[in-house]
Amino acid sequence: MSENGERTLAIICSKGTLDMAYPGLVLANAARMMGMEAKLFFTFWGMDIINKHKQPHLKFTPIGNPSTGMPNFVAGLPGVTDMATKMMHKQLEELDMPPVGEFLEMVHDAGAEIYACRMSVDMFKLTEEDFVDEVDGIIGAMEFLEMTEGAEVIFI
Amino acid sequence: MATATLDLPVELDAEGFLVNPNDWTPEIAEKLAADEGIELTDRHWQVINFVREDFAKTGEPPTLRRITKQSGVSTKELYQLFPKGPAKKVARIAGLGKPKGCI
Repeated sequence: MSENGERTLAIICSKGTLDMAYPGLVLANAARMMGMEAKLFFTFWGMDIINKHKQPHLKFTPIGNPSTGMPNFVAGLPGVTDMATKMMHKQLEELDMPPVGEFLEMVHDAGAEIYACRMSVDMFKLTEEDFVDEVDGIIGAMEFLEMTEGAEVIFI
Repeated sequence: MATATLDLPVELDAEGFLVNPNDWTPEIAEKLAADEGIELTDRHWQVINFVREDFAKTGEPPTLRRITKQSGVSTKELYQLFPKGPAKKVARIAGLGKPKGCI
């Protein structure tokens, strides 16, 4: 619970593939839709989701993912990742899921807060200029934990 | 929800949603809104009317994304009009069931 007695969801996004961009955004949006606070912290590969140069090109790869049913020697062939990514975009569209950029804008307009991890920013040599407009700040892990005291934490 | 204070001629479920969407009238919407602490303005009605019309067409309550794309009310404004959980509030005031969608 936050200070005003509302439930808060703290979501840490550490993966930068297309399929792993959605869980955090869907949860943040659902939280806001039902009146919960939502704060997202993007770290490590998750930074790609808020990096304006990389975000339009997030990919889904079936390599090393037994759930797709595709053997790795096939999944590793040239073009398979692009094809799988295209298919996933199509499926997401059929579900009326917005593309990642629009989704970030939507959850931010809905009142979710979006933060980039200070350490990852330094490690990848990024600046504020590299991020989409929705990013509310570059902060350290301690600061994020401070502002989400008492929250329900989800690590993706 | 302070449903105990509501004096409505229609059946509500345990969470205060209309059991039958056909029972809905604008007067009921006013009362349900008041129960949520909302006084309905033209902008609220723009959302409610869109939701009712869309539901009549599709048989499904529209998602918030659909509402913000098609009703002329932006995400930011929707959250201002129906603060602290617009998904449930819009559906309830528009006389529809509890929304099940994820978006």
